[in-house]
Amino acid sequence: MTRLAATGLQLAYERRVVAEDLGVEIPDGSFTVIVGPNACGKSTLLKALARTLRPRSGSVLLDGKDIREVPAKTVARTLGLLPQSSIAPDGITVADLVARGRYPHQGLLRQWSANDEEVVQQSMLATGVADLATAFVDELSGGQRQRVWIAMALAQQTPLLLLDEPTTYLDIAHQLDVLDLCARLHSDAEHTLVAVLHDLNQAARYATHLIAMRDGRIVAEGKPAEIVTAALIEEVFGLPCRVVECPETGAPLVIPAARRAVLSGHPLVALDHGSGSNLAP
Amino acid sequence: MKSRPPNRSAVLLGSAALLVVAAVLSLAVGARPMALSEVWSGLVDPHSAAYPVVREMRLPRTLLGLEVGTALGLAGGVMQALTRNPLADPGLLGINAGASAAVVTGITVLGIGSLSGYVWFAFLGAAAVSVLVWAVGGGRTATPGRLALAGAAINAVLYAYVSAVQLLDTASLDAMRFWTVGSLAASGASATVFIAPFIAVGLIAVAVLARPLNALALGDDSARALGARPALVRAGSIVAITLLCGAATAACGPIVFVGLLVPHLVRPLTGPDMRWLLAVSALVAPFVLLSADVLGRVLARPAEVQVGIVTAVAGGAFFIWAVRRTRAVAV
Repeated sequence: MTRLAATGLQLAYERRVVAEDLGVEIPDGSFTVIVGPNACGKSTLLKALARTLRPRSGSVLLDGKDIREVPAKTVARTLGLLPQSSIAPDGITVADLVARGRYPHQGLLRQWSANDEEVVQQSMLATGVADLATAFVDELSGGQRQRVWIAMALAQQTPLLLLDEPTTYLDIAHQLDVLDLCARLHSDAEHTLVAVLHDLNQAARYATHLIAMRDGRIVAEGKPAEIVTAALIEEVFGLPCRVVECPETGAPLVIPAARRAVLSGHPLVALDHGSGSNLAP
Repeated sequence: MKSRPPNRSAVLLGSAALLVVAAVLSLAVGARPMALSEVWSGLVDPHSAAYPVVREMRLPRTLLGLEVGTALGLAGGVMQALTRNPLADPGLLGINAGASAAVVTGITVLGIGSLSGYVWFAFLGAAAVSVLVWAVGGGRTATPGRLALAGAAINAVLYAYVSAVQLLDTASLDAMRFWTVGSLAASGASATVFIAPFIAVGLIAVAVLARPLNALALGDDSARALGARPALVRAGSIVAITLLCGAATAACGPIVFVGLLVPHLVRPLTGPDMRWLLAVSALVAPFVLLSADVLGRVLARPAEVQVGIVTAVAGGAFFIWAVRRTRAVAV
């Protein structure tokens, strides 16, 4: 049994059922990445694991116990989450925001300690935002801001960290920046990371364990090099493609098939001709 | 580029000093001007000529101002955090309207004429509206937006009811006049003692809620990830607001703008950390209220202008200035 697992999950929003009887085990010490087409339930699964979405049935197990039956703060000392969207309060400084990650370690009688101060400083150093400590969060660039949110999640000091599309809205350089940071946390700090990513090639490059989902179920999981094949990508995304070895890292690299080949039966020229012919019948 | 927030400990000390000055003025200034030495003997010496005025009139009035000011400042701060609206006020969730409707009902239907009678009506009205807003706003799944909408709707209905009753029953209008304006003078020492336990419980609740409200400010998902329970924090906040607003409104009538403006003014000085924001608001709000009360005594000497009118006029002017300034910055 792994530290974080789920069995028999039924996940739903209002009337729309996203997943039925979904089970998953997150390998301890892995950098697990969940991929799949839009609306396949990958973010929903992550939300259920992070207990921000209550499953209709089934349960999420943290260290073998139903996560709903463990006190919220106890869970928050083991399992952290970087949500897709967070709100930075108006006029908050970087150091103050990162310090809010200490919440589950504090109480009425244990407000703020030297250890908290130390952890906040370390978290800012690890994410490269220590120089920005006194800056206002709303004045930062998108890439810097995401680092600050990751620093806050680090300050929570959880062995497990979930990240919901951590690269959204960032340019390619900042996307890799964030993923490198995650990879470093995984290898140096021995965090177990679970991320939802959109980019297949980034997923194959960084994940040690890949979970491919479609229509609320897990189609395949395992090491990227073992499971990423043209057949799997076609099955999961409906995308004809080739899979080659990445010349840079040796990870599987997905190259979508050229559209010309896909549309060969329906020449685009004929459409142009059709609309033009109305003018001269 | 914004300026760095000033030293928060200095802000807290400064606010405490201002409050002490306002409290001393509130004891010293009135229809009969007094030297400070005279005020002191009036406070401690039962045989002095000033004793009936200082000890028996101005002291309870000042203590009431401290209680009510603190209550309004904290309630406003918690409300603004809860609704994510920097200009939220006790009217937004319909709490003043609830107290008002209950008092009007008590006076006209049941013929209750004394403060000790309708104090309970104001309090129960505020509590009933809080529960109603909570239920209409979605109960455990309530969102800030739905709470605000529910509050606005209930507010409108209750004010219509109050206006209708006042129009139909002009005889009771006189009895309601004091209560409709808001005053520290009329309720006296009994009100000070009467509302103290409610405000004390509200104060403790706010102290416990400050940190969870900090977590909640990051969004519900982040708050849950940090181990806070958003539904519980919202429910606790509503209870605290009801206790503070209900008790304050019951003793003094509706005093507007203090709960709205004080946390709004304090925020640039403390930053968004609720622990500092609420602590400083709890000192600045009674300072503002006592200052307004003293001003009311000076303006129309030897008569006086009720504190509710002073805060409404001064607060209204300030509010217009704040709105214009915000717009200029935004554009």
